[in-house]
Amino acid sequence: MIRAVIVMNDKGKPRLVKFYEFQPVEKQQELIRSIYGVLCSRAEKVSNFIRADSILGPDARLVYKTYATLYFVFIFDTSENELAILDLMQVFVEALDKCFSNVCELDIVFNFNKVHSILDEIILGGQVIETSSSEVVKAVEEAYRCSSSNSSFTPVVN
Amino acid sequence: MGSQGGFGQSKEFLDLVKSIGEARSKAEEDRIVLTEIETLKRRIAEPDTTRRKMKEYIIRLLYIEMLGHDASFGYIHAVKMSHCDSLILKRTGYLAVTLFLNEDHDLIILIVNTIQKDLKSDNYLVVCAALNAVCRLINEETIPAVLPQVVELLEHPKEAVRKKAVMALHRFYQRSSSSVSHLVSNFRKRLCDSDPGVMGATLCPLFDLITIDVNSYKDLVVSFVSILKQVAERRLPKSYDYHQMPAPFIQIKLLKILCLLGNGDKQSSEHMYTVVGDIMRKCDLTSNIGNAILYESICCVSSIHPNPMLIDAAADAISKFLKSDSHNLKYMGIDALGRLIKISPETAEQHQLAVIDCLEDPDDTLKRKTFELLYKMTKSTNVEVIVDRMIDYMISINDTHYKTETASRCVELAEQFAPSNNWFIQTMNKVFEHAGDLVNSKVAHNLMRLIAEGFGKDDDTADSQLRSSAVESYVRIIGEPKLPSAFLQVICWVLGEYGTVDGNYTASYIAGKLCDVAEAHSSDDTVKAYAVTALMKIYAFEIAAGRKLDMLPECQSLIEELSASHSTDLQQRAYELQAVIGLEAQAVENIMPVDASCEDIEIDESLSFLDSYVQESFEKGAQPYIPESERYGAVNMSNFRNQDQHDASTHALRFEAYELPKPTMAGRSPTVSSSTELVPLVPEPQPTYPREIYQTPSVPSVSDTGSSEYKLRLDGVQKKWGRPNYSTPAPSNTNSDSHKTANGETQRDGASNVKSRARDASYDSRRSPQVEISPEKQKLAASLFGGMSQSKNKQSGGGHKASKTTNRAAEKTHMVKEVTTPVQPTQDLLDMGEPTIASSIPSVDPFKQLEGLLDITQDASAQSSGSVGATNAPDITSFYAE
Repeated sequence: MIRAVIVMNDKGKPRLVKFYEFQPVEKQQELIRSIYGVLCSRAEKVSNFIRADSILGPDARLVYKTYATLYFVFIFDTSENELAILDLMQVFVEALDKCFSNVCELDIVFNFNKVHSILDEIILGGQVIETSSSEVVKAVEEAYRCSSSNSSFTPVVN
Repeated sequence: MGSQGGFGQSKEFLDLVKSIGEARSKAEEDRIVLTEIETLKRRIAEPDTTRRKMKEYIIRLLYIEMLGHDASFGYIHAVKMSHCDSLILKRTGYLAVTLFLNEDHDLIILIVNTIQKDLKSDNYLVVCAALNAVCRLINEETIPAVLPQVVELLEHPKEAVRKKAVMALHRFYQRSSSSVSHLVSNFRKRLCDSDPGVMGATLCPLFDLITIDVNSYKDLVVSFVSILKQVAERRLPKSYDYHQMPAPFIQIKLLKILCLLGNGDKQSSEHMYTVVGDIMRKCDLTSNIGNAILYESICCVSSIHPNPMLIDAAADAISKFLKSDSHNLKYMGIDALGRLIKISPETAEQHQLAVIDCLEDPDDTLKRKTFELLYKMTKSTNVEVIVDRMIDYMISINDTHYKTETASRCVELAEQFAPSNNWFIQTMNKVFEHAGDLVNSKVAHNLMRLIAEGFGKDDDTADSQLRSSAVESYVRIIGEPKLPSAFLQVICWVLGEYGTVDGNYTASYIAGKLCDVAEAHSSDDTVKAYAVTALMKIYAFEIAAGRKLDMLPECQSLIEELSASHSTDLQQRAYELQAVIGLEAQAVENIMPVDASCEDIEIDESLSFLDSYVQESFEKGAQPYIPESERYGAVNMSNFRNQDQHDASTHALRFEAYELPKPTMAGRSPTVSSSTELVPLVPEPQPTYPREIYQTPSVPSVSDTGSSEYKLRLDGVQKKWGRPNYSTPAPSNTNSDSHKTANGETQRDGASNVKSRARDASYDSRRSPQVEISPEKQKLAASLFGGMSQSKNKQSGGGHKASKTTNRAAEKTHMVKEVTTPVQPTQDLLDMGEPTIASSIPSVDPFKQLEGLLDITQDASAQSSGSVGATNAPDITSFYAE
């Protein structure tokens, strides 16, 4: 299962933090710091994978990718495939891009509840439930359209 | 909001983010956030805060908590917001509580009721929001409160709801498998959901369930295979395509599942061969996701019952990975190779140069993975090269965690495969020198025990040689600064026990060294204690041997210093030493016999030597001793404790009206845990790469009657994505046996050997013109992989007679292979009654018996060549279990 999704900028400031197993705030900060430390020490043109068992316990693996000024980090255990996670990350970013049209760091900062909704459509309880970015965007947009048009409006269940 | 295009938040929030972004120090950031917290505390408490305002405050709270500050004062407001009727507020409320609260938080109680209500909502978006919260916030105690609704939602007309309900149920299963064990059949049912998305989501819980209990799901093999086939043939809607690949994530999950189901099960595996082969052929290697599928296929091929065609395809794919420029693909290639060599050891050889390249790669992740691979393929022929490399790497890294891991692997490999005494001692010295304080103290004790007990039963000369070389190297090392404590303890102990035994060093020389150690490490009481005891032994042996004791002045002063030490342990040792050297030779010899560390000390537990004293006391009128338990009426404390526990369990919350029966409580029987015990788990990737595949007893896939009544017909899946038609499933109980086909395998092995060698050659020739391979690298390759090819040639030449005439070295490799490499059926058949092995037994070097020391039965297995494989497998694993 996926244990955590973290988005942080290149200065180590968290932009989105989601742990699928509860971690107290202090522990979260400690983890983010140590992950940032590891990411900084990575040379360019190396693999996107890091074994993270020293930070997050046995079996923990980490896949990261930089998009502009942001690090996207997924942490997961042996039941996931590293290359596939890299693509899942791509799905997530594509979905963000579709929602915000040319997503940038500020979009994520100011709309991070929406970013959370997008992520919730892709991963639920640490398991991947949707991998089509257009489906994800559809679901999120629908929720936001309904809620912003009229709070008392109830869509008919078909 | 985002849907409005711009940043819908207030200017305040914008300013906050901006000022935090511009903060030049952590202190400045903290100051800004603390001011913000004060503002929010005040604003939130104001009575006339509008809901819209409140929503923004809560988002700001989330933001400051993400930055690591405490926002707990606002939790209750987040909870309140989740009660709102407005969907957008409700969603924000749920989002906040899922991020703020853990499932055991006190405030959860206040949300459960809302969740219950929302799960029944007509608006499926509300239901979805509630299900999101369920996945995060519901714990074992609260499961019964929402379980009925969640189960109902599995049939909801909206696929988004069904998908989330499946995940919620899965989450419950993870939290408390007993409370939903009666609902597990729902996952099977959802596998034939008309929506591929729901089906794909269902694979997650099924994967977990199959991991735990593979046998109950063998009947689904055919269904999984047919789903995979349909996915690969693009029968799913176009929207599931990703980078031109049809539903790749579903394919990967399915391959993972097949990997579990086919492991050690020939019959199930046979269903999979065609589809896995097809997928490997169809993979688009230019895209990342195509490679991900290919990698997953290799994993599957390496796990299921071996199929020569697929193994060849997998080996080809691995070579593509390894030759790629992408580090990611190289990494996957190394990982895949590590899996494939378990069933096809000769594959490693084809890729020797690529592996060595990875070892020298600047990418640490790749390097580490490569060491893992080398660790898996270590055997007697290449242990020296591999362990030397590992030690170099260990010295070069700073990370304590990996240093420890590498060190313990070095120790493990050295103990298992060491080719000579001297090498073993040198290796251990290096490990201790650089990572002595990191390795488990058991390793130090093991080393002492090995040196004391020796490696052979009868070979005393080898043992004493080992000790001499240990003493010699320790005398050389002991003066070096900054030795780890654990290593010094070993050194002191060995010098005390064996320092003067072979007569190379005088007592005063060794004593001088020991005193130096104690002095140089005056703050380490344990080392000092070891040093003093070693001194006592040295002097005791001197006295016992009848030589005149000539105590060094520095030793004298050390003992005086220690007898006034604050540590009572050190004091006692110092006084003991003084007492022992005051005794006569006869007595000393009894107290401290030479080389007796392995002798058992007899203890007279009944204290019979006191009998006469007791008798005497009785006669003088003493009272006999009455055991404590008989003195008063025995009170059984445990009764109270049980009572307590019982009380605690009934305190649990109830969320339903009292008169309703609670079926889940009745269902809370330990069925699941008991079934996991019966069924052999899927073997975890073993550190050794030998054999499982051949040895794993085939698992009969008879599903028990209990679960069969839940069973759903899945035949419909083969046809279309519509409603499943419920026809009878094919009989699923099979009793596959993987042992019968030794003959078939023999041919297969032979064929793949030939092929792989051909490929090997072509790979080399292809490579050499492009890249100048340094002779150093080639040498390294030869020493890493050479042993294998040597022995293989030996074998494939068919000339077992020839091995009699070949030199000792070749013979040894052969034998070593016999003992340490996975036994292929070829060997089983051909070596039956073959005298080569027996004839090489006399040439056993002491370290062969080191292996014997670890488990004596291995000796026996080497003798009876026919059954080598069978007895070997458990031996090695039992060694790892230590």
